[in-house]
Amino acid sequence: MTWIRITEIANIPLREGRKVAVGPHEIAIFNMGDRFLAIQNQCPHGQGPLADGIVSGNSVVCPLHGWKTCLESGQVQRPKDLRECVRSYPVRVEDGIVLLQIEDRADAGGKPAERMCTA
Amino acid sequence: MEKLIVIGNGMAGVACVEQILKHAPKFDITIFGDETHVNYNRILLSSVLAGEKEMDDITINGLDWYQSNSIGLRLGVRITGIDSAAKTVTGDDGSVTDYDKLLIATGSTPFIPPVPGAGKEGVFCFRNLDETKALLERAKPGIKAVVIGGGLLGLEAARGLQVQGADVTVVHLMDRLMERQLDPVGGLYLKRMIEDMNVKVLLNKSTTEILGNGHLEGLRFKDGETIDADLLVIAAGIRPNVELGRKAGLNVQRGIVVNDFMETSDPDIFAVGECVEHNGVVYGLVAPLYEQGKVLAATITGNRGPVYKGSISAAKLKIMGIDVYSAGFFDDTVAGVESIRYEDPAMGVYKKLVLKDGCLAGVILVGDVTDSHRYTEWLKSGADLSKDRKNLLFPGSSPDKGLDIAEISDAETICGCNGVTKGDIVSAVHAKGIQTLAQLKECTRASTGCGSCTSMCQSLLRAVVPEFEEERKKVLCGCVPFSQENLREMVRSQQLKSVQEILDIYGNGAGCEICKPALSYMVDMAWCGDHEEDRSARFINDRVHANIQRDGTFSVIPRMRGGVTTPAELRRIADVADKYNVPMVKVTGSQRIDLLGVKKEDLPKIWADLGMPSGQAYTKGVRMVKTCVGTTFCRFGTQDSITTGIELERRLENLFTPHKTKMAVVGCPRNCAESTVKDIGLVGQEGSWQVVVGGAAGKNVRKADLLITVEETADALRAAELFFQYYREQANYLERTYDFVERLGMEKIRKETVYAPPPVQEALLTRLAKAKALSKDAWSERDTPANPTQFVQIQPLETVAL
Ligand SMILES: Cc1cc2nc3c(=O)[nH]c(=O)nc-3n(C[C@H](O)[C@H](O)[C@H](O)COP(=O)(O)OP(=O)(O)OC[C@H]3O[C@@H](n4cnc5c(N)ncnc54)[C@H](O)[C@@H]3O)c2cc1C
Ligand code: HEM
Ligand code: SF4
Ligand code: SF4
Repeated sequence: MTWIRITEIANIPLREGRKVAVGPHEIAIFNMGDRFLAIQNQCPHGQGPLADGIVSGNSVVCPLHGWKTCLESGQVQRPKDLRECVRSYPVRVEDGIVLLQIEDRADAGGKPAERMCTA
Repeated sequence: MEKLIVIGNGMAGVACVEQILKHAPKFDITIFGDETHVNYNRILLSSVLAGEKEMDDITINGLDWYQSNSIGLRLGVRITGIDSAAKTVTGDDGSVTDYDKLLIATGSTPFIPPVPGAGKEGVFCFRNLDETKALLERAKPGIKAVVIGGGLLGLEAARGLQVQGADVTVVHLMDRLMERQLDPVGGLYLKRMIEDMNVKVLLNKSTTEILGNGHLEGLRFKDGETIDADLLVIAAGIRPNVELGRKAGLNVQRGIVVNDFMETSDPDIFAVGECVEHNGVVYGLVAPLYEQGKVLAATITGNRGPVYKGSISAAKLKIMGIDVYSAGFFDDTVAGVESIRYEDPAMGVYKKLVLKDGCLAGVILVGDVTDSHRYTEWLKSGADLSKDRKNLLFPGSSPDKGLDIAEISDAETICGCNGVTKGDIVSAVHAKGIQTLAQLKECTRASTGCGSCTSMCQSLLRAVVPEFEEERKKVLCGCVPFSQENLREMVRSQQLKSVQEILDIYGNGAGCEICKPALSYMVDMAWCGDHEEDRSARFINDRVHANIQRDGTFSVIPRMRGGVTTPAELRRIADVADKYNVPMVKVTGSQRIDLLGVKKEDLPKIWADLGMPSGQAYTKGVRMVKTCVGTTFCRFGTQDSITTGIELERRLENLFTPHKTKMAVVGCPRNCAESTVKDIGLVGQEGSWQVVVGGAAGKNVRKADLLITVEETADALRAAELFFQYYREQANYLERTYDFVERLGMEKIRKETVYAPPPVQEALLTRLAKAKALSKDAWSERDTPANPTQFVQIQPLETVAL
């Protein structure tokens, strides 16, 4: 599986997220200070743009109605006990560039609110 | 039953009565107190002044306690004489009451140095509830306050006044602060911390005159220098109240002399508290007084046996963020005494242990007092420490708080004020089924004194009681468990200038969508430009200066002051709507025009094309000033509402507020632009303006309250500005004016804004002007973005077929 070069790290400010579209995938990448994390950009609740949310520890809070999603697993944490989740993507930094790995799966391509949580 | 009369309704007297009640009911008790309050916790007056506690919170025994124990209470009556032959006391109300046993617990009085002018208006002491009330009334933002005395009391007073916004200077006679508790190095560390809190410290200053013509105006020192002051607190020490002892013919030295059984020279008269001298020592802290009370209770109830052997004075400074603890004897210049010291100037930590014959004789801790209970224990037990010398300063810190608690021996004192040991607490928990801190307080009195052991008590409960419930206090959120008031204060006094710093030091390091925007506002309010603006802590609206919509697009509302526009502006708006295919153009409820459904990338271009400033419609800030046409066109108009409204909007626009602030100005009471349901409204009438505040017409509907009526337009604008800045400073984040005015009450708001002394008003307006000067049109970021991708959509560096 290939790593895709996305952008310079300076383009994602500390503790903020930025949206990037790669093919059919709309992905939110977050700068956590010591690492970068990436999840699918659409909140499973109302498709809110998660890249525009406020980071809270290892989670992000959707700017529309406050659903809280884990940036590591993609699992929705608030409301509690929901089995909802978004997809998460492996991220790596090399020479000041953020790289993403997007598993090419025919069944998952482009559908919002994909349910492939492993958590 | 024998009659017991108690003189003094203070801390020692009533605590002793509590102990007496624990023995069989033996007496018919009457307490005389010249204050008009039930028994309260004097120690916590510092917390009341610092706004951490309300006056009602510090009552120890309410009226119901006196009633249920059949104790007669005579408040507001001062005992002026004792006839020990006739066994009667005389009150200043003319009453004569006879006794079988008499208990004197009159405490002490502040010592006023003999300088001319001490009687001037504006000079205060800090000893009782009434004085604290008076200080709170007087201490206002911007006022110049001076405290004479750099001891425990003086510093706590200074801190309280500083929290109330006063500009505070501590004037101290000696060459270091708290010289009775600290050595020169400790004094230096403390001075630095006090100064970091924005309190000025003048050492080696002897006051020779208090200046002013009836009213306090300043102080003159021996070196000829002077200092201005609007308020002076004298905290230069205390003098035991022994007059009555003398009148009764008792043996009186500095205090009323008692023996180890707490008996005076008269077999039927006893004394306890600060008015007492035991073995040549007069105590000024509660822990010793409580120990005395226990012994006295045994003696007076016929159980003579326990003896009082004197106490080790241990003092803790009660200032949040400034940890100072001192106990025992610390002069290491005398022979046979050695000391161990640790210093970390960067962390502001200083520790000193003084050893004599291998035993601990004294401790000074500055900046880190976590081990104070251990040292106190060693002091009391007189344990031989020669073997442990290596570990004395760092007694093996364990990261697990529960373990720490487990390590403490049962005999160790947890609450120094009330002498409650760990064993007492654990057995009370088992015997009485205690589950909450409140129950623990009720049952053992632990943590009802100075409160510094509260967190220890909580850890202990957490460890011993499986179903322990934390007390719920009104905190901002779980990430930073402090009230907004505390946080505002911490931000100011600890000079915290970024949200992350607050979260790292006082919170969980993570923060959330609730606390981050609130902390952003606090930091901005306190430092007003002189801070690190952290966009990541703000809601998306405040990162891109537009209102996020349900589909992730944004809405754009330019400022249209007073709801007045021009044909040229309207044309530009129309052109923008065409050029960017804006899906909807709408006239809003606030007399301006909304462009809805705009993509983030288009925001800066649209702002540039509009050539109008941001209307702040997306943020907690100044929204708009609606106006009616007033005298300009309306046939009823009595005031020029349009010009006034535009001026008001110009003065306040671009500023942030705890919640959105909507305003309106109308030319007559017909109120066409609905001033009376706005956060701030001006209502014109023949020859004057009414300024109204706290109105709402949202989810809640509330008619605004009248702040003031003034004749001149300039004064109306000024009143609006005063309230506006006061709201900015005093309201909690997300507290609308309609909740704010109800919480504080209009009486208080008027007194602190439009009826405040001129210097206070000027200070409010100066702070407003400073914030205004630093504010800017948020949309100017179209040319100077906060970061390279503030509005730009990131494009991948390479494309791949997926
Ligand atoms: C602001 C402040 C902070 C303090 N902080 C601490 C602290 O952190 N730790 C600590 O250990 N100590 C502290 N203290 C000291 C502590 O409050 C006193 O040591 C304690 O209150 C003394 O108790 P007492 O009963 O002897 O005197 P008081 O509590 O003063 O009680 C005496 C009462 O008797 C009344 N009285 C006097 N004469 C008469 C009369 N003739 N007739 C009728 N009534 C009379 C007085 O008005 C008073 O109400 C603090 C004191 C102050 C003022
Ligand atoms: C933290 C918990 C929640 C919050 C704060 C919340 C908040 C909101 C709000 C404010 C709206 C307003 C409509 C809008 O502006 O689009 C909304 C819509 C909606 N909510 Fe929730 N909600 C929560 C939980 C849930 C849950 C658990 C469900 C069901 C699984 C749910 C289903 C919906 C639906 C179907 C809509 C309408 C969606 C739309 O048309 O946009 N919500 N929610
Ligand atoms: S409020 Fe009075 S002055 Fe203003 S438009 Fe209405 S009637 Fe005219
Ligand atoms: S009234 Fe409700 S639905 Fe209408 S604009 Fe306001 S918040 Fe939105």
